[in-house]
Amino acid sequence: MDLSYSPQEQAFQAEVRQFLADELPDDIAARVKAGGEVSKEDTERWHAILQSRGWLGQTWPEEHGGPGWGPVERHIFDEEAARAYAPRILPFGLQMLGPVLIKFGSDEQKAHYLPRILDGTDWWCQGYSEPGAGSDLASLKTKAVREGDEYVVNGQKTWTTLGQHADWIFCLVRTDGSGKPQEGISFLLIDMKTPGIEVRPIRLIEGGHEVNEVFFTDVRVPAENLVWKENDGWTVAKYLLTHERTGIAGVGFSIAAFERVKALAARTMRGGKRLIDDPLFAARLAEVEMDLEAMKIFNLRMLAEAQRVGHPGVETSMLKIRGTEVRQALNDLYRRALGPAAAVMPGEAPGGNAAVLAPEDEGAAASYFNNRKISIFGGSNEIQKNILTKAMLEL
Amino acid sequence: MNFEMTDDRRMLADSLSKLLGDLYGIEHRTSMAYDAPFHDIEGWKALAELGILYAFVSEDAGGMGGGGFDLLAVFEQLGAALCPEPLLGAAMAAPLLAEAGEELEPLLSGEAIYALALDEPEAPWDAEAGATEGGDTLTGRKTAVYGGNAATHFLVSARREGKLALYEVKAEDAAVTPWGMIDGGGAAELMLDGTAARCLLPDAGPAIEQALDRGRLALCAEAVGAMDWCYATTLDYLKSRKQFGREIGKFQALQHRMVEMKTAIEQARSITIAAADRMDWRSVAMAKSLVGRVARKVSEESIQLHGGIGMTWEYPLSHYAKRLVMLDAQLGDADFHTARVAATYA
Repeated sequence: MDLSYSPQEQAFQAEVRQFLADELPDDIAARVKAGGEVSKEDTERWHAILQSRGWLGQTWPEEHGGPGWGPVERHIFDEEAARAYAPRILPFGLQMLGPVLIKFGSDEQKAHYLPRILDGTDWWCQGYSEPGAGSDLASLKTKAVREGDEYVVNGQKTWTTLGQHADWIFCLVRTDGSGKPQEGISFLLIDMKTPGIEVRPIRLIEGGHEVNEVFFTDVRVPAENLVWKENDGWTVAKYLLTHERTGIAGVGFSIAAFERVKALAARTMRGGKRLIDDPLFAARLAEVEMDLEAMKIFNLRMLAEAQRVGHPGVETSMLKIRGTEVRQALNDLYRRALGPAAAVMPGEAPGGNAAVLAPEDEGAAASYFNNRKISIFGGSNEIQKNILTKAMLEL
Repeated sequence: MNFEMTDDRRMLADSLSKLLGDLYGIEHRTSMAYDAPFHDIEGWKALAELGILYAFVSEDAGGMGGGGFDLLAVFEQLGAALCPEPLLGAAMAAPLLAEAGEELEPLLSGEAIYALALDEPEAPWDAEAGATEGGDTLTGRKTAVYGGNAATHFLVSARREGKLALYEVKAEDAAVTPWGMIDGGGAAELMLDGTAARCLLPDAGPAIEQALDRGRLALCAEAVGAMDWCYATTLDYLKSRKQFGREIGKFQALQHRMVEMKTAIEQARSITIAAADRMDWRSVAMAKSLVGRVARKVSEESIQLHGGIGMTWEYPLSHYAKRLVMLDAQLGDADFHTARVAATYA
C-alpha cells in the first residue's frame, strides 16, 4: 500500500498551486473567503482564466476541450482551489450538462452547445426539483406535449440555483403520464428567453438570493432540443446525478474551513485565555480533524477505485453524508468561536472603531445557516441512506 | 408535588400569548425585526401596558413577581412568538436597580428601556474579566449589547477601586452603534471614552452574577417556547408533505427522529424548571448548557426534516431556527457553562 501521490501527481499538484498563486485574482479570493455571494462577473472571470489554461471542462474528454484529467487530478485541483479560496466552478453547464451531452447528445447538439459552455456564452441552470418532487424526483409533473415540431411546456421548477443569471435551463419534463413515474420523463433544453418563462426569486434563511422558482406557461420548445430519447430522460437524469455526486465530499472546503477555525481560535481571547487553550473547544476541533483526516483517505480510496473501474461506487453516498456533516460541524465551530458578535447581520455590520468582527468573519453565521442546505440538496442525506440501504443491506 | 403554574402566572402567560399573537404575526415580525430600529416601539408600549414588566420585579419593590417561574411564564411566550422586543434587559436590570435603591417606575412603565452592557470583545460572558475602567466616568468598550439598539439606559460593568462596579449610562451620553442581528432584533456596540456615568453599585460582583443567571434562565425559557413551536410545525409538515406516494411522517426513520427531538425538548423543559425553582448559579449553568445544545439540535433537525422549504425566508420556521441557534451565544454558550459546571468537580 502506498498512500502518497505518484511523482506525476505531485508534479501536477505543484503546477496547480503555482497556477492558483499566479492567476487567482486577489479580490475574488477575498470575497470567497468572506463567505459572501460570488457575483456572476466573478464566476465568469474565473471560468475564463481556467479556460485560457484549458482547465475548465475538467470532466470532459480531450476531444471536446477537456484537460484529460482523471479522478485524482480533479480531486487535487478541487482541494487546492478550495484552500486558495477560489470560487467554485459553476457545475450546471460544466459538470452536469456537458457530460450528459457528451454521452447522450446528438452530434449537432454537441457541436452547438459544448463550445458555448466552455467559452462562457451560455450560463446554464438546472430544472429538476419541483414543489411536489424533491427527494421523490420521479414524481415530477411539469408537462411537455408534442405539437408538430415543438414541445409545449407547462409547469413549475424550484430551487433553481442562480437561475436569475441563466441563459438556458435543462429540464426534466413529463412527456407521458401513463406508466411508472420513472417512465415518461424526457430531458429538454430550454432557452430562458422563450416567452412564457417567469423566474421568481426565493430568499434563503440567511437573506441571500441564490435560488429561484421557474414557471412555464405554454412555453414552445423546438423538438430538436430533446436530448436522448423521448420518455427515456430518467436514464439521462440518473447519469447526471452520478456526476453530481463526484467530488461531493468537499474535502478541500473542509480543509480550508478547519485551518481557518484553528487560526481564529489561536488569536481569539476569552477572558485572558486563548480560545484554542480551552480544552472543550480544542477537543471539539480535534474530533472534527479526526473525521476529516479519515475522510481524506476514504475519499482517496474511492478515487482510486473510480480510477480503476471507470465509475464511482455507491460509497460516494457515504462520503456525501460524512462530508456534509464535517463541513457543517466546522461551520458551527467557526460561528461559535466568534462568540456573541457572530450574530451581526452580514453586510450591515458597523465599521471603523465600532467594528464587531473582522470583515472576513462577518459572514460566519450566515454561512452556517446557508450551509444547512448541503445535507438537503444533491439528494438529501436521508436519500443517500436509502441508496446505501438498497445497495448494501439486501434486507 | 405540583408542576402546574399558579393561576396568576397562567393568566399572565395567556394574555401575553394573545397580545403577541395580535402584535407580532410572523409577517409583521419578519418585516420589522431585520430593519432598524429592529423592534416595534408600539409593540413595546403595548407589552408595557399589559404589565409584563411587573413580572420582573418583586412585590416588595413594587412589582408583581420577580421569581424564576415569573421569568419562565413570560419568556416561554416570547419564544413561542419569536418576539424581538428587548425584554431581556428589563428582566436583568430590574433586581439590580432595586438593589441600588433606584426608582423602578420608569422601567415598570416601559418608559425607560434598559440594556445590560457586560460583554467585551476579549471577554464575552464574563463580567469579572472585563477591562472597562470606572471612576467618575467610564472608559472601555462593550460589545454585542443585546437590546442596545433600543435602550434608553445602559447598566455597565466596570473595574473601580479593585472591585467590579455597576454604572448607569444614558444612551444620549454614550457613543452607541446599533446593529441588527441575523436572527432578528438588535444589539449595539458601546464605546466609552470618559463617558458620563453614575455608579449605582460600587461592589456589584454578586448582584451582576445574579442578574446574569436571571438572563440565562430567561433565554432557556425563550428557547423552550421556540422549540415547542418548531416541533409542532415540523410534525404538521410530516403529516402533510407527501413523497413516494405517502406522507413523509409515515417513514420510520423520520418518526424516530421526531421522538428523539421531543425527548430532548422535554429534557430541556425539565432542567429549565429545575433552574427556575432553585435559581442557584450551578442549576442555571446546567440548564443553559443543556438547552443550548438541544436548541441547536432542534433547529437543525427541524430544517432537515422539512427539506428545502425549511431553508427559505418565507417559511417562518427558518426564523425560529436562527433564533434557537444564536441564543446559545448570549450570556455564555454551552461550552462556557459546561466548563463552569465541570470545574466544581475539582
